[in-house]
Amino acid sequence: MEQFIELLSGISLLIGSLLCIAGGIGLLRFPDFYTRMHAAGVTDTLATTMIIIGLVLLNPGALVVMKLITILLLILLTSPTAGHALAKAAYRSGLKPFIKNHKNHQESKSSKR
Amino acid sequence: MMRFTISLFITLALFWLMNSGHYTSLLLILGAISVALVIFVSHRMGLVDAESQPLHLMLRLPSYYAWLFKEIVLSNIKVVKHILLGNQSINPAIVTIKTNAKTDLAKVILANSITLTPGTVAVELEGDQITVHALLEEDLEALSNGEMDRRVCHLEKS
Repeated sequence: MEQFIELLSGISLLIGSLLCIAGGIGLLRFPDFYTRMHAAGVTDTLATTMIIIGLVLLNPGALVVMKLITILLLILLTSPTAGHALAKAAYRSGLKPFIKNHKNHQESKSSKR
Repeated sequence: MMRFTISLFITLALFWLMNSGHYTSLLLILGAISVALVIFVSHRMGLVDAESQPLHLMLRLPSYYAWLFKEIVLSNIKVVKHILLGNQSINPAIVTIKTNAKTDLAKVILANSITLTPGTVAVELEGDQITVHALLEEDLEALSNGEMDRRVCHLEKS
């Protein structure tokens, strides 16, 4: 039983790390600021949750579990607030989002000429 | 007012006990003093009200959180899929949607829930208009159908 829980914890940690890597890849790969924020959102939410679930499953004692859950709640509360502040700052200062649309694309090309 | 103070006291006391782990009488007294100090300061700052202690939501919040967690997992899988598929597969869009939420608290819960699910970010919240940027256009359609909005409105009804 103990081994099974350890295995489960390892799997959760692995999934969390893979999601972190996926978030990082998305951060490098996506075309503009707003879409990159979505990629960062993966690291903020599910990756953190999986890593903390993995740590909780290792059963480090009630006090540590409570602290881990507090950390999780804190991250889930602050990351959307920070994300919203970032997006709002970018939007207010006039950063136009990248829209993949053939018409717009051609228009922007012709206006450049 | 009284019940907000009591709920704040319980929250702070639990938080202190959980972080300390020492239960000698001296430390417990120091903890009680610090909790009382924080409550005093929060009163003076006018923070002890229905917004910082949303007691009227407590019964409905767990089911909302369960639903939100399911949405977060689903949209995470979707976003990771599109990260791996690359730039060709995404279709970003920005759109303003209308919310039926009345109170500031409900609006903030809605906007934060939108931002918390990867793939959609609430860019601006003004009056009852929320500007949302989405990685995929179909996510926006799902949002303007208003499942999340309906659930938040249900949350604030009491």
